[in-house]
Amino acid sequence: MIREADAIVVGGGLHGCSAALQLALRGLRVVVLERRHVGRHASGINAGGVRTLGRDLAEVPLSVLGMAYWHRLSELVGDDGGFTPCGQVKVAETHDELAGLEKRALAVRSLGMEHERVIDGDELRRRVPAIASHCVGAMVVDGDGAADPYRATSAFAARARSAGAQILEGEGVVGLERQPGGWLVVGERGRYRAPVVVNAAGAWAGRMASLAGDEFPLKTRASMMLVTERMPPFVEPVVGSVGRALSFKQSSAGTVIIGGGQQGRADLDREQAWVNVANLARSARAAAALFPVIRQARIVRSWCGIEAETPDRIPIIDHSPRAPGIVHVFGFSGHGFQLGPVCGVAVADLVTRGSTTLPIAPFSARRFAAAAKAA
Amino acid sequence: MFRKPPEAPDAVLVEVEGRPVRVPPGASAAAAALIAGLASTRTSPVTGEPRAPYCMMGVCFECLLVIDDEPSQQGCMVTVRPGMRIRRQEGAREL
Amino acid sequence: MSDRPFDLVVIGGGPAGLAAASQARQLGLSVALVDEQPAPGGQIYRAVERAEAEGRATALGEDYRHGLGLVRAFHECGATLFASHQAWQVEPGGRVFATDGKASRLIEGRRVLVAVGAIERPVPIRGWTLPGVMSVGAAQILHKTIGLVPDAGVWIAGSGPLTLHFAAEIVAAGGRIAGILDTAHGRLPETALRHLGGVVRGWRYVARGLGYLARLRMADVRRVSGVENVEALGEGRVERVRWRSGGQWQEAPASGLLLHEGVVPNTHMTMAIGCAHDWDEAQKCFRPRTDRFGMTDVEAILVAGDCGSIGGARVAECRGRLAALGAAASLGVISAAERDRLAGPVEAEVSAHGALRGFLDDLYAPAAELCVPPDDVMVCRCEGITAGRIREAASLGCRGPNQVKSFTRCGMGPCQGRMCGPTVTATLAAALGMTPQEVGAFRIRPPLKPLRLGELAALADAEAGE
Repeated sequence: MIREADAIVVGGGLHGCSAALQLALRGLRVVVLERRHVGRHASGINAGGVRTLGRDLAEVPLSVLGMAYWHRLSELVGDDGGFTPCGQVKVAETHDELAGLEKRALAVRSLGMEHERVIDGDELRRRVPAIASHCVGAMVVDGDGAADPYRATSAFAARARSAGAQILEGEGVVGLERQPGGWLVVGERGRYRAPVVVNAAGAWAGRMASLAGDEFPLKTRASMMLVTERMPPFVEPVVGSVGRALSFKQSSAGTVIIGGGQQGRADLDREQAWVNVANLARSARAAAALFPVIRQARIVRSWCGIEAETPDRIPIIDHSPRAPGIVHVFGFSGHGFQLGPVCGVAVADLVTRGSTTLPIAPFSARRFAAAAKAA
Repeated sequence: MFRKPPEAPDAVLVEVEGRPVRVPPGASAAAAALIAGLASTRTSPVTGEPRAPYCMMGVCFECLLVIDDEPSQQGCMVTVRPGMRIRRQEGAREL
Repeated sequence: MSDRPFDLVVIGGGPAGLAAASQARQLGLSVALVDEQPAPGGQIYRAVERAEAEGRATALGEDYRHGLGLVRAFHECGATLFASHQAWQVEPGGRVFATDGKASRLIEGRRVLVAVGAIERPVPIRGWTLPGVMSVGAAQILHKTIGLVPDAGVWIAGSGPLTLHFAAEIVAAGGRIAGILDTAHGRLPETALRHLGGVVRGWRYVARGLGYLARLRMADVRRVSGVENVEALGEGRVERVRWRSGGQWQEAPASGLLLHEGVVPNTHMTMAIGCAHDWDEAQKCFRPRTDRFGMTDVEAILVAGDCGSIGGARVAECRGRLAALGAAASLGVISAAERDRLAGPVEAEVSAHGALRGFLDDLYAPAAELCVPPDDVMVCRCEGITAGRIREAASLGCRGPNQVKSFTRCGMGPCQGRMCGPTVTATLAAALGMTPQEVGAFRIRPPLKPLRLGELAALADAEAGE
């Protein structure tokens, strides 16, 4: 038996669930196919940073619009996803780095956006008393913050379900066939047909795109994170660094989550990832350099979240260039969590109206056409 | 709950919660805390309940102690040294 | 600094690890042994050299003193010993990172033998987090290492050979046991009949068990059989113990309560490496999938002893030797024919020492309520998560331990799921009507033990190797 739907979403991560929710809210019959379970990979186990700060200029407009969804997450999905607007801080350790931040702030202001602000060393120490004494200043965004990634992703899934979406966990996609008026998606357990298929398959999105006939020059990121035992509260905002790969935040439980993009190793076939000790040591070193106070803290766990990376490290949010009825939303290259809620709206616009007024022009699928041909 | 061991000539003098305690050589810091008669050796950072060593073989992490001022050490995995200072760990570790 | 690569890195200095190291050296392999204890022996022969030097080893029994020969042979075999070293990361390719508590080092092996033994099965009962409630194994370690014995008012609750062995050992050493609450529900005569062949072949072990019972009777240690629903009660510490037997609730004052429901393989390391594991229904635990030489599905990784499958000390010793043969053959040091020739007599020994296993597994199978505790019982001691919370997570759609972990923080504390893992799997399986194999286990992530952040940071790039 073939299950008919108005839209099929492949991937039960934050982006898939967010798109499913928006589509269901518009009255479409939505089926989400998730090979394992909701939030299994990067969506559920990332560092949880909700950040407009320091983004690629192409992402800034969408990211800033997207922030509103986080501040009103309870209204949207019935749970705040653990979001706290604790602020984000990007620390400069040298005057050169600080000058770079000033320049960046100007560039962002020239786009007509005022959210990023540069502060001096005194202000930095007032906001982050535990910061190493050599740090000279920082860029801050006050409305940014952090959320609990698994809880947030689960909340989107739960809300999408209550809005009528069917989220099938344990259902992997093995085939895709073009049929008159739409697509037949062949799963491990069943078959599904809809006029539109949304590819939100995260690290595996490149494979999904291939099934539709699209080739993108993607790599797999396996961004590592580590978490410490519980500590007394000592840092409020999420702290990043200009010169080091680092994101540093203390959870409400008191544990400190350290990420920042150091890479482990991923195996897409086995759906597994392994930490790289040398790179993990770099993460630890970066954290200890900015927060000497945690040198003695015990690391309890480390892990990798795997995700697709594009050559320019900004996502693809677009109709397929070749396959009508396929909408791609992937390639967030390690920083897609904050964009999840707003992208659901963008994708729903693409599906239901063919286009969107949201600023997604830089995320065209066609920009890699030349590269793909060369490859 | 345990009988005080007969004092060996080569007993090791340590400090448990500020009190001097002589323990057999080869004892772990967790064993020293038990010999000292501490009713509990830590409180849970989650529930606040008192806890004490459970497995003595490095599995349960109930014997986390502050040893020579460093918190979160597995007391059952640290062998006593003369002069070692052993303290209870209250809730989440200190910074 | 990095050490030269060894042919074989053995992790764990118990009978399996010691025997493997000696055997591998005999075959000409270069060997390193990494052990978290200050002296080799493992838990079963814990501090055996110290006990011998202090004249206590004989009192601990001939079985215990057997370890002395193993330890001495090991010292003479020419293996490099990294004592008091905790391995915190083992890579599938054979690299081992270990800390001495101050600094970490990389120890590289062409093959790695995981011989980290067993852990006591967690015994989640009401009140098991109260101070004064410990495992029987914990009390035995205190006895072996420093001669500490329980004083008045200490109860033992549980089942399995260790409870009797330990009680007899304590009585002999002049300690006190208030009583033994025997939770075994296998019926001795019927079970013995079912495993008649094994019981006959393992008669030496049976005789020993009967000897413990006789000694306990002579010392007038109270023994209550058919015990269920043991609970520890008290304010801030165990003060009373309560149980049900013959349909009646009973209670007694207690200064301590020692729990034991058998041992299970310590699979933390093999799971972290990514070796395949299977659920063993007879022993109610996961164990790594191996061939007869302990080779796992990961080429460089072997397993021996109780961390592979519970068999006891003498079987572990044999399995260690078999693994050394397997490692040597897989490295091309000996031929497969030579390996098989040398393995023959060792495998015969395994079969002799392991004769009683089926009988013991059957007789001492843990009660259902211990594997799947009632809602109010604490399962995850670190994060304070009850069985009820796990069931709630299941009812909200969690289909496996890792979802429960993300959902509740169960297993996220410093013990990294060691104390709650088996219970989470069993409780979920029961709640979802699935098998433990289908439900699976926690994914174990490095470090294998909590590691000081500064210590990781200090690892030079060259040392971590790229």
